[in-house]
Amino acid sequence: MGETMSSTAPAAGHGPGAEVGKRDFLKLVAASGAAVLGASLVWPFINSMEPSADVLALGSVEVDLAPIPVGQAITVLWRGKPMFIRHRTDKEIKEAQDVTLAQLIDPSFPALDSDRIKAKHDQWLVVIGICTHLGCIPLGNKPTDPRGEWGGWFCPCHGSQYDTSGRVRHGPAPLNLALAPYAFTTDTKIQIG
Amino acid sequence: MAGLHKSDIKNPVLNWIDTRLPVLTMVQKEYGVFPTPRNFNYFWNFGALAMVVLMIMIASGIFLAMHYTPEKTMAFDSVEAIMRDVNYGWLLRYGHANGASMFFIVVYIHIFRGLYYGSYKSPRELLWMLGVVILLVMMATAFMGYVLPWGQMSYWGATVITNLFSAFPLVGEWIVHLLWGGFSVDNPTLNRFFALHYLLPFVLVGVILFHVAALHVTGSNNPLGIEPKGPQDTLPFHPYYTMKDSFGICVFLVIYAAVVFFAPNLFGEPDNYIPANPLSTPAEIVPEWYFLPFYAILRSVPDKLGGVCLMFGSILVLFVLPWLDTSPVRSAKFRPIYQKLFWVLLLACVVLGVVGKHRPEGIWVVLGRVATAYYFLHFLVILPLLGKLERPLPLPESISRAVLGHGGGGPLPSGAAAAKPMEKA
Repeated sequence: MGETMSSTAPAAGHGPGAEVGKRDFLKLVAASGAAVLGASLVWPFINSMEPSADVLALGSVEVDLAPIPVGQAITVLWRGKPMFIRHRTDKEIKEAQDVTLAQLIDPSFPALDSDRIKAKHDQWLVVIGICTHLGCIPLGNKPTDPRGEWGGWFCPCHGSQYDTSGRVRHGPAPLNLALAPYAFTTDTKIQIG
Repeated sequence: MAGLHKSDIKNPVLNWIDTRLPVLTMVQKEYGVFPTPRNFNYFWNFGALAMVVLMIMIASGIFLAMHYTPEKTMAFDSVEAIMRDVNYGWLLRYGHANGASMFFIVVYIHIFRGLYYGSYKSPRELLWMLGVVILLVMMATAFMGYVLPWGQMSYWGATVITNLFSAFPLVGEWIVHLLWGGFSVDNPTLNRFFALHYLLPFVLVGVILFHVAALHVTGSNNPLGIEPKGPQDTLPFHPYYTMKDSFGICVFLVIYAAVVFFAPNLFGEPDNYIPANPLSTPAEIVPEWYFLPFYAILRSVPDKLGGVCLMFGSILVLFVLPWLDTSPVRSAKFRPIYQKLFWVLLLACVVLGVVGKHRPEGIWVVLGRVATAYYFLHFLVILPLLGKLERPLPLPESISRAVLGHGGGGPLPSGAAAAKPMEKA
């Protein structure tokens, strides 16, 4: 179509190779104006697909820890994802603290047990309960569940194993269980998100 | 072996594609150099405008469907969530709802343009009939779309309109139950209306494709209603009419945006912001403004079946219009009596629209009946006779002669002169 345009232009004195003139300027301004306007209209459409403010606002839950017995874990739903909240035994805490980074598959921060829990709340581990391999939910919240060789969680899908700090110790999962932002509101209550 | 297309495109990549799938040649032929009568006025913008509105409707509709729930307990709330929570949901919904009104404004002007300039006459009968099909599909789509927000007007509008079909003898009840999927407008109705509301726009695209294809066979009509006789009567579609259409689109978008941003509920009924309640009928059930003339026809007949038949008949009569109008002259410019009667018809349609908005009492009943009577008289009696009785004015020799004055055959002005080198290129 550009061809017909330039071939009708000679009437206005623009042959091929002629200098840039007023007509070319007007064409450019019009075309770029339309392009910018069109592109700016694309934004509302894309933006409408993103999570809306009400969805984001629902992104925090409060959990009462008091009913969780030592040695067990519960699952709560946070932003559609299962959160594991585990009341660790002293033995489990010690095992988790004694591990050095060299022993880990994924030693990247936060891999030390002290970085994965809140100070003075050593017994509470809060992790996102999604296997980092292909998104299954690992077993191990109940003492009767298979917990794997390292006593944490065992993923039934492809056999990944996690320790009592939620760190991957046996593949195929590549990464430690992810952490979520949370804070203790009282000694026995946390708010996730 | 079927031959490869010999493409003139210079760019090697585009040439490679065009050789195997000559779409670029087609675009160049149909929208680049396509010979178009040189005397279009702005009423010839409205086909392109309708196309633009349809694209806006499909785009906004697809994104709305991502947030809408076609379930009777959730539909209203999901629409409110779109308005309040979804990012730019208000823009999508107001754009879509007002887009429907804009679509009808544009298409009604497009249709009356065709009526005034005789665009339905030979050889454009099929083109016109496809247009009537488009109108029907549009109406069905708009009606079902209006049901989706599941407000009071949605619900009761759906109840009234679907009940129309019960007027037909024998199959009436069955059709109504088929539409409802139950014994009243309910969840199954909402669900199927959503499915069909999503489907029909794509049917529309298909019919429009035929409409445009037929247009490109016969070529466009023009304000003089005479066929172009040679290159001096036409201009290449690009850049002359791409520019004229672009300008029209800009003006249209200004008006559309003004409604969406400053008066988004201008065409809406406040009652539709009340959730549907099957136990309470609103005091006044009014369809969307674009259905008002048909609603008025329906109510101006005291008999149920008669009213329904006339209402559907008012559109069906358009199908046979090319054969009802017996005058060989197309443009109303050269038909002094038809020209006046066109305005009477337009007035009758506007009166019907106003009547449809009012309770059928007193003067409104009389006005509705007179306008309905004229509508059908116009098409069924006046047009067939007028072609034989009316003495048309002399037609100009050619478009260029009429447009350029006496020197029509003489030196061509800049536009046509500029078109010449292009024909060689």
